[in-house]
Amino acid sequence: MNAIAKDLDKNALDAPRRSGLHEFWQLLKQDRLAIIGLAIFVLFFCIALLGLVLTTGTDPTLKPAMIRLQEKLRQPLSRPNLETLRPEEVPRLGVYLLGTDDLGRDVFARMLQGAWVSLTVGFVAVGISVLIGILMGGIAGYFGQNHVRVDHILFLIVLHSGVVLLLLWVRPLWAALLGGVVWGFIFSLCWKKVWKRWQLSGWLNILRKDTISIDTLIMRFVDIMLCFPSFFLILTVVALLPASMYNIMIVIGLTSWMGTTRFVRAEFLSLREQDFVTAARALGVNQWRIIFRHMIPNAMAPVLVSATIGIATAILTEAGLSFLGFGVPPPHATWGSILSDGKRFIFDAPWLTFTPGFAILIVVLCFNLFGEGLRDILNPKLRQRY
Amino acid sequence: MLSFIGRSIIQKIITLFFVSIVSFLIIHLAPGKPSQVDPLNPKFTPEIVERFRKEFHLDKPLHIQYVYFYRNLLTGKTVSWKDNQSVLGKIWERFLNSLPLFIVGTIITWTLSFPIGIRSAICRGGFYDRSATFFSYLLISIPGFFFAYILIIFVVTHFHVPVIGLKTFGIGDASWLRMIMDRVWHLLLPSVLGATGGIAILSRYVRSQMLEVESQDYVRTARAKGVPEEQVHYKHALRNALLPFVTMFGLILPGLIGGSVIIESIFSWPGIGRMAYEAILARDYPIILTVNFMSAVLVLAGTFVSDLLYLVVDPRIRL
Repeated sequence: MNAIAKDLDKNALDAPRRSGLHEFWQLLKQDRLAIIGLAIFVLFFCIALLGLVLTTGTDPTLKPAMIRLQEKLRQPLSRPNLETLRPEEVPRLGVYLLGTDDLGRDVFARMLQGAWVSLTVGFVAVGISVLIGILMGGIAGYFGQNHVRVDHILFLIVLHSGVVLLLLWVRPLWAALLGGVVWGFIFSLCWKKVWKRWQLSGWLNILRKDTISIDTLIMRFVDIMLCFPSFFLILTVVALLPASMYNIMIVIGLTSWMGTTRFVRAEFLSLREQDFVTAARALGVNQWRIIFRHMIPNAMAPVLVSATIGIATAILTEAGLSFLGFGVPPPHATWGSILSDGKRFIFDAPWLTFTPGFAILIVVLCFNLFGEGLRDILNPKLRQRY
Repeated sequence: MLSFIGRSIIQKIITLFFVSIVSFLIIHLAPGKPSQVDPLNPKFTPEIVERFRKEFHLDKPLHIQYVYFYRNLLTGKTVSWKDNQSVLGKIWERFLNSLPLFIVGTIITWTLSFPIGIRSAICRGGFYDRSATFFSYLLISIPGFFFAYILIIFVVTHFHVPVIGLKTFGIGDASWLRMIMDRVWHLLLPSVLGATGGIAILSRYVRSQMLEVESQDYVRTARAKGVPEEQVHYKHALRNALLPFVTMFGLILPGLIGGSVIIESIFSWPGIGRMAYEAILARDYPIILTVNFMSAVLVLAGTFVSDLLYLVVDPRIRL
């Protein structure tokens, strides 16, 4: 009894001593699958970094593109046949850890090179989609009740046609961009200083007429984007664009932001009615500060979960694209393309199929497990007191 | 009710209009021209290219092309650029090939995921639940093409049956029993592969739905008044947990035309996904746009059906 009273007393006096991160870690430790996921992710990150260091440069330590036709389809852990190789062809490790493919290239080196591709594609694509999602969802949630007026539309049309004309007339791109920025600045200054204070009379009032709310505009756009079959759309765009890793990242990012937008919008809609936001507004806090310091950190939980799972999906999509032959252009290896090249030898050289396959499986699995663990940890409803 | 239907139909038509514009722009603004697909072909003289461009209105400005294309599509006169056949006819032919895959895949998904999900909800936290959870993550994470090769190796080495293609090549005069078994084997693998992701996701969803209902007051009441455990689970809980799944019947509609590109190309299955893939390679814009348009129609129709079903099933929703 006494102890409880003492405990209560202490709790009442002190601020909670556990920091948010510490509490997060405590919860994470209880979820074994999520811990495994996190550990594999850290390992994968290190391997990908190592792969980048070892396989790039003019004279890489491991040569993923070195063709040794006399050494083709060697089994994993087999030693190179030193008599038939020229000195510069001898693998530095002295052993083919994961065997060689049909052109005698070292699969281990190629896997290392592919790890970096998977990692960057996952992170950059999800980064793009999360940025767009937060921006669109934030605007729809916070400013959604405002309406787009006729004069806004006219303003945008004038601004855009100005930029387009600049682009058409001035060939060097940076000059056009600079012009666009200057024009935009001038226009917006005019907008703020002159147009807003101007009293309009009679029929000109039609320019101030409301057309459609920003929320409706953005959410209808989300609906439109959700109508496209996503893999087919990505495949179409990637096939039409020149093959490069950056195009794939950008295309995957640009086609997967809809979920994040919906989450962020829903969070913002509920957050802006909460007391702490009202309090901040009453204190006269700038609305951008309210958005960035008070609302976005509170809206991050579902975004983080969907981003982690989004990385898994992006890695799978990239592997699928590489498998179909629309990936990073050939001399560069990706896990999908190693599998796609190796599938013709599936009975003679199963390691060419199974190594990249299991690698993709494990990495994607670790992101999924960690994401689901994160969902449980960040969800206050499911949180158990410990 | 009627006003809801009317409003949502109008909204969906507007969405469809914008989808048609966006997909048209994506395809036509991308670099490269369809007339440059095969520049090395000696038959592709400048005159032929010019005639080709005239024939398919490619020399007109973009908005005129748009009107031409969708007018042709809606009157059913669109032709493929590659072989001048009717696009709708080609899609219908491939659709009939994809349909069995879709039906078998859907049946497998729905019959497997309910028992799995319900059982894991009942033994929550037990060994069964944990292993089912892990396996569903495994199934979500496995790349479809890799799983396809594992299954192919397994079936070919253990059962010694061919599985690639629609049916075994040159099986012509075998007995009907063998023909049917042959078709079943060829159908089984691709549809199982198409169903894996669905099973994993749906069973997780069933589980969480079941868990939510099991924690409701009326389930506790049923237990308290001494209803046998079986009856509590299957009569009180399950019936209420099933509610959201009725609406999911609408959401499987898009799968009708979205046949998987990767699985169909691994199994050489002449379905819609593979046709779309070949059309992308050949820059056959009418086919790409039509497939895109039709799948957008199916997505919108699917959400419409699921909204309606929700209205019918759940009396709490009033408009």
